[in-house]
Amino acid sequence: MSETEQTTVDVAAPTNGDGEEAHRTSVPIPIARLSDPHLQDAARYPERVERIAAVAMVLGTIAVAGFGVAYWQNANPWILGATFGAGLLLLGFGLTTWGKYLMPQGPFVEERHPLASTPAERDAMSAALVQRSGIVVKRRRMLGGLLATGLGVFGIVALFPLLRSLGPVPGDTLTKTNWKKGSRLVDSNGRPIKVNELEVGGIQTVFPEGNAYTEEGQAVDQTVLIRVGTSAIVTMPGRETWAPAGYVAYSKVCTHAGCPVGLYEQQLQLLVCPCHQSMFDVTNGAVPKFGPAPRPLPQLPLQITSDGYLVAQAGYDQPVGPGYWERNSG
Amino acid sequence: MSTSETTSGHSQTAVTDGHAASGSNGKARTKREQKAALGPYGRTGKIVGELDDRLGIAKGGRTFLDKVFPDHWSFMLGEIALYSFVILLATGVFLTLYYVPSQTMVIYHGSYAPLRGQRMSEAYLSSVNLSFAVRAGLLMRQMHHWAADIFIGAMVVHMARIFFTGAFRKPRELNWTIGVTLLTLGIIEGFLGYSLPDDLVSGTGIRIADSIILSIPIVGSYLSFFLFGGPFPGHIIIERFYIIHVLIIPAIIAGMVGAHLGLLVRQKHTQFRGHGRSETNVVGSPMFPTFMAKTTGFLFMTAGVTGILGGLVQINPIWQFGPYEPDKISYAVQPDWYMGWLDGALRIMPSWETAIWGHTIPWEIFLPAIVFPGLIFGVCYMWPGLERKFTGDNELHNLLDRPRDRPKRTAAGAAMLAFLFTLFAASSTDVLANFFHISLNEVLWFFRIAIFVVPVIAGLVTWRICIEMQHASGIGKRKRAVIVSRSETGEYTTTPAPGRVDADVVELDAAPVPVLIDMDSAPEPEPVGAGADGEGAGAGVRRVTR
Repeated sequence: MSETEQTTVDVAAPTNGDGEEAHRTSVPIPIARLSDPHLQDAARYPERVERIAAVAMVLGTIAVAGFGVAYWQNANPWILGATFGAGLLLLGFGLTTWGKYLMPQGPFVEERHPLASTPAERDAMSAALVQRSGIVVKRRRMLGGLLATGLGVFGIVALFPLLRSLGPVPGDTLTKTNWKKGSRLVDSNGRPIKVNELEVGGIQTVFPEGNAYTEEGQAVDQTVLIRVGTSAIVTMPGRETWAPAGYVAYSKVCTHAGCPVGLYEQQLQLLVCPCHQSMFDVTNGAVPKFGPAPRPLPQLPLQITSDGYLVAQAGYDQPVGPGYWERNSG
Repeated sequence: MSTSETTSGHSQTAVTDGHAASGSNGKARTKREQKAALGPYGRTGKIVGELDDRLGIAKGGRTFLDKVFPDHWSFMLGEIALYSFVILLATGVFLTLYYVPSQTMVIYHGSYAPLRGQRMSEAYLSSVNLSFAVRAGLLMRQMHHWAADIFIGAMVVHMARIFFTGAFRKPRELNWTIGVTLLTLGIIEGFLGYSLPDDLVSGTGIRIADSIILSIPIVGSYLSFFLFGGPFPGHIIIERFYIIHVLIIPAIIAGMVGAHLGLLVRQKHTQFRGHGRSETNVVGSPMFPTFMAKTTGFLFMTAGVTGILGGLVQINPIWQFGPYEPDKISYAVQPDWYMGWLDGALRIMPSWETAIWGHTIPWEIFLPAIVFPGLIFGVCYMWPGLERKFTGDNELHNLLDRPRDRPKRTAAGAAMLAFLFTLFAASSTDVLANFFHISLNEVLWFFRIAIFVVPVIAGLVTWRICIEMQHASGIGKRKRAVIVSRSETGEYTTTPAPGRVDADVVELDAAPVPVLIDMDSAPEPEPVGAGADGEGAGAGVRRVTR
């Protein structure tokens, strides 16, 4: 540092100093000559760099102006993006180049002053805290207790209606669907499904009649109807009458994370959840064969009415969808 | 009122200079006189004076202008995060002007033919209109999405830099904690944001989020009902996500970014070891003008890249996904990248569920989606404390570690990254199985094993590399070029190449930032180490600042 003028000196302000300026600059301030190596351009060929930065800025200006024109003309998004992006990128490049190669790079140093206070100052603060809070706590214990009680009650009171007003308590909502005995199966347009509706290997998402349009209904009632064959099949002992005419129906809500189990792999007779790849065995009570799903998809017992419509024998015998604390898997 | 009173509040007594007070109304007559009356620093000096009278900014402001920023490229990563956040705020404000946070069902009659006549929520409809009907709307929407992905990516890489160089050590543990919180908030904010268009993919994401909340033992179903205002999907989740996304979390993030930078200024930057650098100083370039120019340019460049991506690279084409309907789903459902590790964890988790005493604990969701991320972020939060405890190192550190000098920490970090990356890859089990034509089952089991094996291998290999690098000489130093020549008998010899023209590189000693630059001074005495061929004073000296 000694080689340069990088020292701290007393200087008068570099103008024709009168009393006022002498007064203002009586503090020592570091001065450097322009020729100081710390102030030199980092670029070896500054003119070249300056030219590059200038070209970038000119092009950038043209591009942002182009963005204005493109916006005015309501041009394609890609023209807007290209002009906007290229414009800012070029202007930024020019400015960064200027800063990096044509401004003083030092190296400059800044001293790091310790953040810690002196032991005496620390003690003073600790003492103030300890002793003064002693005045609060020790002398007026009862007031402190009363205040804490009051604020505690307020906290509980504030919390409880807040949470409560956000939504209803679950009750047994999660255990229910709108499927009940005799519900006709309808498609998403509300059209009832007749027994000759699906080919073998066909699949259809169905809802209980009257609930196909409500989002809640769609969310919990969605059921996948698959025609596995032409004659009644038994997917599990005890479900002898549940799948007449080769129709099986399972809840479409995955027992893992609730995604719609939308993929039907016909050759392997698997229902696949596209979210996390749980696979359910269609002919075997939708028992999970693979993946993270813990439980079979609940099966909807079906029957065929005399006029040829598919209806539910009953609602689901268990809650549909993912697990939760109150779910009684019993 | 005399002229010089307005010049400086401190100088009222020193004033009555003939020419300044000569105008009868106190006005100087000529421009030259006006200029002179403003003092040596002109209008700027006057403004500084006025502000300083009221706020006392001059002393601290000077220090701020002189603040020294270390010139290492890795310090830029946090800037990318900061500037992406700025871009997110700017583009986000634009989006709020057109987006309607409502689940009211409407029929689409807009310009995009494939969706005409379809039933959809107003949120989805307004997002589609934002993409097709609003001027530059698609650009802004896609820029916003890209900026979000870049924001979180930059935070992760920045965090890795802080971790591997030990910048989180005392006294900076609090700033590390703020940083981890910012990352957590950023991920939540990103999830909420891409849920807002209410398209088929994001709606499925909300459904999974609901299942995750439901899985929490005892309170899960209550939390779910309170959040959704009833059973899923309800009618208000989009509105609630909206207000959390545009107000609550951004306000917290902005506040914490302020605290993050405030602590940075208070504690000053860390720096790598090097010539003239110590625990008690910072060496680099000054805030004004050098760093300010570089970083402002970098802000523009970040915005420029985001703009090019937003205009040219399609992201989240919601009109292709269609509106959310609870019973519909599309194939290859992958969330945004920063949710990938959680999705991967959900996929490879075995189907464990406990049903006991009339209650169900869905471990298959609760463990990977609640406990696991809690543990990961918990480890992140606690790491500075853990390291302090295990190394017994309670010193203040301002000089950074080279990662190779801390093999255990570096190995632990590499193992963690490998672990998370494996999980991220596991979020594409279906795509991988299709791509490589192998069974999903094999892919799944591969990942179930890989998440334990890959981190161990990554950690061991990293540890070994660190040890090797410590013992190797000359790593990180510039090597002198050599000329290899072959003799007629086939022997090779090397001779040092002649130095290049600029070989007389001199590492300058760091100097304090000068306040005054003497612009008029005559050519200098020989600058340090300068060659005689200097074009101007100081030429021939190349600073080596690292």
